[in-house]
Amino acid sequence: QPQNEHIELHRKRYGYRLDHHERRRKKEGREAHERSRKAKKMIGLKAKLYHKQRHAEKIQMKKTIKMHEKRNTKQKSDEKTPKGAVPAYLLDREGQSRAKVLSNMIKQKRKEKAGKWEVPVPKVRAQGETEVLKVIRTGKRKKKAWKRMVTKVCFVGDGFTRKPPKYERFIRPMGLRFKKAHVTHPELKATFCLPILGVKKNPSSPLYTTLGVITKGTVIEVNVSELGLVTQGGKVIWGKYAQVTNNPENDGCINAVLLV
Amino acid sequence: PGPEPAVPQSMSPDEDVQRLLIQFRDEAGESLGSPFDVPVTITPDKLQLVCNALLQKDEPVPLAFFVHDAEIVASLEKTLAGQSVETEKVLDIIYQPQAVFRVRAVTRCTSSLEGHSEAVISVAFSPTGKYLASGSGDTTVRFWDLSTETPQFTAKGHRHWVLSIAWSPDGKKLASGCKNGQIFLWDPATGSQIGRVLSGHSKWITCLCWEPLHINPECRYLASASKDGSIRIWDTLVGRCDKILTSHTQSVTCVKWGGDGLLYSSSQDRTIKVWRSQDGVLCRTLQGHAHWVNTMALSTDYVLRTGAFEPAEATINPQDVSGSLAELKDKAQQRYNQVRGQEPERLVSGSDDFTLFLWRPAEDKKPLERMTGHQALINQVLFSPDTRIIASASFDKSIKLWDGRTGKYLMSLRGHVSAVYQISWSADSRLLVSGSSDSTLKVWDAKTKKLAIDLPGHADEVYATDWSPDGQRVASGGKDKCLRM
Repeated sequence: QPQNEHIELHRKRYGYRLDHHERRRKKEGREAHERSRKAKKMIGLKAKLYHKQRHAEKIQMKKTIKMHEKRNTKQKSDEKTPKGAVPAYLLDREGQSRAKVLSNMIKQKRKEKAGKWEVPVPKVRAQGETEVLKVIRTGKRKKKAWKRMVTKVCFVGDGFTRKPPKYERFIRPMGLRFKKAHVTHPELKATFCLPILGVKKNPSSPLYTTLGVITKGTVIEVNVSELGLVTQGGKVIWGKYAQVTNNPENDGCINAVLLV
Repeated sequence: PGPEPAVPQSMSPDEDVQRLLIQFRDEAGESLGSPFDVPVTITPDKLQLVCNALLQKDEPVPLAFFVHDAEIVASLEKTLAGQSVETEKVLDIIYQPQAVFRVRAVTRCTSSLEGHSEAVISVAFSPTGKYLASGSGDTTVRFWDLSTETPQFTAKGHRHWVLSIAWSPDGKKLASGCKNGQIFLWDPATGSQIGRVLSGHSKWITCLCWEPLHINPECRYLASASKDGSIRIWDTLVGRCDKILTSHTQSVTCVKWGGDGLLYSSSQDRTIKVWRSQDGVLCRTLQGHAHWVNTMALSTDYVLRTGAFEPAEATINPQDVSGSLAELKDKAQQRYNQVRGQEPERLVSGSDDFTLFLWRPAEDKKPLERMTGHQALINQVLFSPDTRIIASASFDKSIKLWDGRTGKYLMSLRGHVSAVYQISWSADSRLLVSGSSDSTLKVWDAKTKKLAIDLPGHADEVYATDWSPDGQRVASGGKDKCLRM
């Protein structure tokens, strides 16, 4: 079988036959008849397969024709008022079906028993020691390597004083200490800049929790007295948990979502 | 010293009964007559006789007496039993006039009116109680004949759910707002549309409120609040928008036209804004809520709704209020002044943060009181028609009653098994009806603060309730597409 472009080459060099185009046109015209002649004469498995394929082809053709027709005519949009009318006070609220409420209650009870809580960022990449703590060499010949410097953003409390420099093992640089976080209320979709009260839990390691290291997924406690929330007893709520949603060491700020 | 009160003979002879000096005071603190001597065993009836004599009115008015915020039910002695009494000093007894008429509790369902093909979302009686209108999810507003309890007119025109309806204070026009942001005006006598469609809002209409009768007896201006965060004041005679008040950053949930020329609007952006209705200028922003403000109520709400109609003069067959525009205006103004008294209007707002705030918006930016206690969001708050009690309906299945002047907590009404959607007071402030998503309505007695009657019968959630201003009927509609009376 010829494998190269000799036909195209010939056409380029010598052009087409004089009656080429007419012959081609007529052959294409005969095609429908040829097809139907073959389809009538085919028998056996070959016929089954062919007919199946042809049926699918015809359906597709009909669909495209219909689509073309639709495009040409202008149709008045079907105005059907949607079902499920609710009064104005229920419009912005998602209604819960009763079955869902019961199953939610059961699920919550089970979770409480297991001690698992729903947080906006459930899984975070665990950060190893080499990433978070940098080795600082000290001593006359810089041979001692027992000091570590924190490379991530951290929070130290108000009354924080460093240990005497000779004895401190973990160094938290002032440039990486933050006091405020940008906290978003998930329902109101509004963000407030609130002071941090403390680091509750760092998912990577309890060591980071005690040091006050803030990475993505850390649960921190923030001062929400600005928001004016009140308990049912009338007491003002002034501390709430929030979970950090960005990598603060990359962005230079702490973004968190309030856990309501 | 005032005129000698007619003291019945049985009171004087007992020598060994302790006697006390009492002084009658009204709610505002002004004293009536001069202090005088009574035995401790005196009962409220006798106190009423004395007080009526001092008031010198033509007809005796029923009164309730309070000593140190405790009502005198049996006798003065029993009420003072728990309190320390100084017999040397003059004891202040505060008297409160009660409504002269009494509304009997609705006890049964007289009819179930079907006709709507989708859920009934809003129900309202006209200010005189003559007509009843209901808006529904099938885009129609239906008028019902109250004497035969059958459908009267069907008003078609809206193209989406009819979310809110409001009667003009003279009862001659009904405005209805839909989910497309359009407002239609209807004539209740013929069921046909008045004027043009008022369109302009880009999102759905949350609330409609007419201008009070005593400011303008023609009932010309209408305020509408929408999800797009703006409030529009429409001129209904000309059929176009007069003013647009924009300042809210999120959906406006409620708008109320006060009787002193101020307009109040609450929004999902946690603020309530006070506007001057003359020129649409923003006067004040009341902040304090921590979540969406869902609902508001004015102390003069009921009297602004009924206009010149006096519930005490109601007849069995409700009629329209007659008289020239000037007469109506005078009557409405009188009734308004009576309810308002000397103090400015009070406003109570309920929010998704489970608390209510009591404000005096005409005077102060700071709230008078923060009322906490609910355990879920508050859907509706209402002042009683005599402005003494505030009732708040919440999704935590309870209704709480608070004092209307100070905002102090009075009582919780429990009985519903799921969220309470809407409440309505009877015209004499003695009864309260509440509709809930558990498909029942309950009638509560405000005096005993207990459940009076349970009204089951709806097949699905009850979305809207209303008590007619003449006290004869309660209408309720809900998800089961039928209206019950």
